Amino acid sequence: MSGPAIDARALTRRFGTFTAVDGISFQVERGEVFGFLGANGAGKTTAMRMLIGLLAPSSGSATVAGYDVATQAEQVRRRIGYMSQRFSLYEDLTVRENITLFGGIYGLSNRDIAERTGQILSRIGLQRAARELVREIPLGWKQQLAFCVALLHRPAVVFLDEPTGGVDPITRRRFWELIYEAGAEGTSVLVTTHYLDEAEYCNRISIMMDGAIAAMGTPSDVRRGLGAATLDEVFLRLTRPGAAV
Amino acid sequence: MRTIFFLVRKEFLQIFRDRTTVLQIFLIPVVQLLVLANAATFDLKQTRLLVVDEDRTTVSSGLVQRLEGGRQFRVVRRTSSGAGVEQALLDGEVTAVLHIPRRFEQDLVRHHRAPVQLILNAEEGAAVGIVQSSAAAILEAYAGELERTLPVMRGSSSAMMPAAPLDLRAQRWFNPTRNYKHYMVPALMVSLTTIIGLLLTAQNITRENELGTLEQLNVTPMTKVQFIAAKLIPFWLLSLVIFGLGLTIGKTVFDIPMRGSLPLVVLAVMVYLIVVLGLGLWISTVTRTQQQAMFVAFFVILIFLLMSGLFTPLESMPRWAQLAAEANPVKHFVFIMRAVLVRGAGLETVAGPILGLAAGGAAVLTLAVLRYRKSAA
Repeated sequence: MSGPAIDARALTRRFGTFTAVDGISFQVERGEVFGFLGANGAGKTTAMRMLIGLLAPSSGSATVAGYDVATQAEQVRRRIGYMSQRFSLYEDLTVRENITLFGGIYGLSNRDIAERTGQILSRIGLQRAARELVREIPLGWKQQLAFCVALLHRPAVVFLDEPTGGVDPITRRRFWELIYEAGAEGTSVLVTTHYLDEAEYCNRISIMMDGAIAAMGTPSDVRRGLGAATLDEVFLRLTRPGAAV
Repeated sequence: MRTIFFLVRKEFLQIFRDRTTVLQIFLIPVVQLLVLANAATFDLKQTRLLVVDEDRTTVSSGLVQRLEGGRQFRVVRRTSSGAGVEQALLDGEVTAVLHIPRRFEQDLVRHHRAPVQLILNAEEGAAVGIVQSSAAAILEAYAGELERTLPVMRGSSSAMMPAAPLDLRAQRWFNPTRNYKHYMVPALMVSLTTIIGLLLTAQNITRENELGTLEQLNVTPMTKVQFIAAKLIPFWLLSLVIFGLGLTIGKTVFDIPMRGSLPLVVLAVMVYLIVVLGLGLWISTVTRTQQQAMFVAFFVILIFLLMSGLFTPLESMPRWAQLAAEANPVKHFVFIMRAVLVRGAGLETVAGPILGLAAGGAAVLTLAVLRYRKSAA
């Protein structure tokens, strides 16, 4: 793959008269961890849904892993992993059955499935729970499992929609280690989050407001650009411009 | 193919892991078949009869005897005047009144015909026809008997009732003993398989939509055809098993006739199930929640079953309804089932309807695949 992992150009989505995403343009490089920040309803999830082919753009265009999301959705789907905001593995299947299912759908050989299942289980310490129904395991593990399943077929880009929502601080930390590992292996990561401390872990961030990108760059660039000491401050200034900080 | 295999396996794992679903699929139809076949029958055990005999002759009491002879009627009261008849019907003491007028025997001898009145409580429409026809049969037989025994009547074209001069002899082919279980059991099998198949598939995709798992599948390279096929195959196999179970119970418990070829029945079931399940999947793709899907499915089931000729004859429906019934897969399947099982019809009789069902199946599946969207427009 040459060129950026994600290349969005004036990507726009309207629902009736409401513009959820308003002409956003950005690029994500190979192996980059790119944070998507913004208040609830700023348009993060809508933007992500367009990039993974779940929602057609109203105008503008985007390529993911070099393929157009609107016209080459199937090519895109082969090369991406996705972890949705809602936990979306099968609760009534076991850990192993879930991994096998998605491995099969992505066309992995039985051997690859077995090998990668072993890797995932040992990586997140779930060996003992392999035969447990997913609904029985704790949320932190579920989220890590969902992340590993999203990476099962070694996608070029992985999309994480608020992966650490409701997870305890230790698991969150562990989660970010997994994200870094993926980035180090060359997978680009687009991650949305509410936690501003997490944003500091990203290579670059963009802050969305009312469907548009209000600020973008490395966390320190963004801070400096607005003359703010912390990202919290950046966030407050952008979302409540009149407020004294 | 491999993707379908993984998806089908997942469906089976989910179905068999959920005990309630398994019970729903296998136990309920079996119990319903056993219970309903015995309960929901047109077989009239006995009609309670009030006899108003104003004639009081040998011929009139002979008629009453004949009616009592067949087990269909039970005379609960005899009077010689019409007083109190209406009350007896209203109170439900009797459901039928036989009125033999004065000079019944005399008229019969002199004019070779005499009226007899049978008053029926017609609140339950279906039952009335059966009672009436069996009463008519008994009267007819008695008329024939009188013709031979009453010397005065010899040589005349005798008859008693609304006097048919013709010697009508009905023969009941294919179900000579008029065992209504032979009629009801196949009908129940068709209904139960249709209901279960349609409800299970209609709920299935919307359920995944509600749980959020559908979204995860939609971002994978799985194709729409693979998805619909993987949803169809497990329920198709399960429905076949259910139907096989029903057929086995029908044969062993109710001894329903199986005159035609069993492979032909199986072929018809296989094709029919594609239509029903395809329709369920289509419903699943046009609805958003399980509740909506159930609502639409129930609506479809009701129309399909009531307009199929399963419980009421198609011939008695208005012309437009008969035309509409042509588009009803249940109607064609019922026709095939009755033709093959009861009449022993072969492929030449049912090839047309089977091909029709196959076309319908292809159509609904295509519709389901086209209607299913991996992404929102």
